[in-house]
Amino acid sequence: MDFRGYRRPDGKVGIRNHVLILPSVVCANRVARGISQQIAGTTWVEHQHGCTQLGADAELTSHVLVSHGAHPNVFGVVVVGLGCETIRAQDIAAAIKKQCPYKPVHTVIIQDEGGSVKATAAGASAARRMVAEASRAVQETLAASELILGTECGGSDACSGISANPSLGVASDLLIEAGGTVILAETTEIIGAEHIMAARAVNGQVAKKCNDLIERCEALATNMGVDMRGGQPTPGNIEGGLSSIEEKSLGCIYKAGSKPLQDVIEYAEPIHQKGLVWMDTPGQDVEQITGMVAGGCQLVVFTTGRGTCCGSPIAPTIKVSTTTKLFEKMNDNIDLDAGSIISGESTVQQVGETIFKEMLEVASGKLTKSEILGFNDFAIKRIGPSM
Amino acid sequence: MPKMDAVVMKPTDNVCTVLREVDPDAAISTVVNGETITVTVIEKIPFGHKFALEPIRSGAPIIKYGETIGLATKDIQTGQHVHVHNLESRRGRGDKAGD
Repeated sequence: MDFRGYRRPDGKVGIRNHVLILPSVVCANRVARGISQQIAGTTWVEHQHGCTQLGADAELTSHVLVSHGAHPNVFGVVVVGLGCETIRAQDIAAAIKKQCPYKPVHTVIIQDEGGSVKATAAGASAARRMVAEASRAVQETLAASELILGTECGGSDACSGISANPSLGVASDLLIEAGGTVILAETTEIIGAEHIMAARAVNGQVAKKCNDLIERCEALATNMGVDMRGGQPTPGNIEGGLSSIEEKSLGCIYKAGSKPLQDVIEYAEPIHQKGLVWMDTPGQDVEQITGMVAGGCQLVVFTTGRGTCCGSPIAPTIKVSTTTKLFEKMNDNIDLDAGSIISGESTVQQVGETIFKEMLEVASGKLTKSEILGFNDFAIKRIGPSM
Repeated sequence: MPKMDAVVMKPTDNVCTVLREVDPDAAISTVVNGETITVTVIEKIPFGHKFALEPIRSGAPIIKYGETIGLATKDIQTGQHVHVHNLESRRGRGDKAGD
């Protein structure tokens, strides 16, 4: 039940040792990418935000950026800004440094450097030094109880609720039994199954949060005056045999296993709890992964029926297919196959144990397919429009 | 677990999910409460889709995983395909707000 990971000076545990190139604003995306492409051993994100955002919306974007920089999977950060944006690079860098005083953090501002070419050179130089320092970090043996797993299902089909999600549920239970934490998210995809989660809540207050959250989520569709079926289930879900959000949700919650629900938390909120926790995120896969990782998940297990290739830039994302047909068809992107449950060759329990074993191996450094292929999907939930 | 052609998730379900594409008039066997039952499907059912295990009246709940996944929008016969053409979700229906 152990793995080899990085214990940070503040006690937090990372399973990767990335140097992250982080733009504070959309205008700095190209420079961030240019820096990362020059320096092996770095990763970068791109996003559409950071300027003309207001209030809680700006705060959430800022919080998610800082949380990625401060994440224990990240050794050091180069924050890139343009110079005139709402969410300033120097503020993001200072907030990361405040949370993690031990972490190397460097700021590059394109207008101050004299343009994108000089900013790229300055960032690359800082990143090169950080990668050299990062390579000296030593992994140590750590208990599985240090792990925070983000669960996700995307591109669901009718087999999601029969094979991949129940087996991920077994792996979730194994991690919780080992003292770790499991995140259930994608609130939209719990509509119609909230009474089951509420019944598993540790107390009446958490049960009430389950029902309140679903009410709030459903009210979004009501207030927009639309039928949620326009987007949920998705056209691909429907083609795969899912007829309603209720059917999708009931299959969806299997991935959270069978343990008591300890708490319900907001999008990207820091995760301090042990056991099963429900984070309020949209059903959109990449906004969900980004929120869970910002909360502190070090790794993600992502079940899929239709097939997906997404992966977090800083948290390894393990893909599990619902059918062997998909596993073979998209083998470049899918790590494990739960389709052997459908073909009768294995049980849900056996596949669940395989997923758990894979989680520990990946935590120790085994690369997932999305890492090898360089996926760095990143999307922050918006609360308000750009002004 | 033996290879299954179709699966009924909970004993109270009134629909069954097929695990291979099924042609019209095929007799499909599945296990409910430890007993094997056989139902003849009356139309083509694509992989992963559902058929009715019993007649379902228009407006009646469609049950899978032991829970209501929507209501029938027309009378459904045993062995008929159950999907978005004859099942309607009750949730997230902003289009019906104020009705």
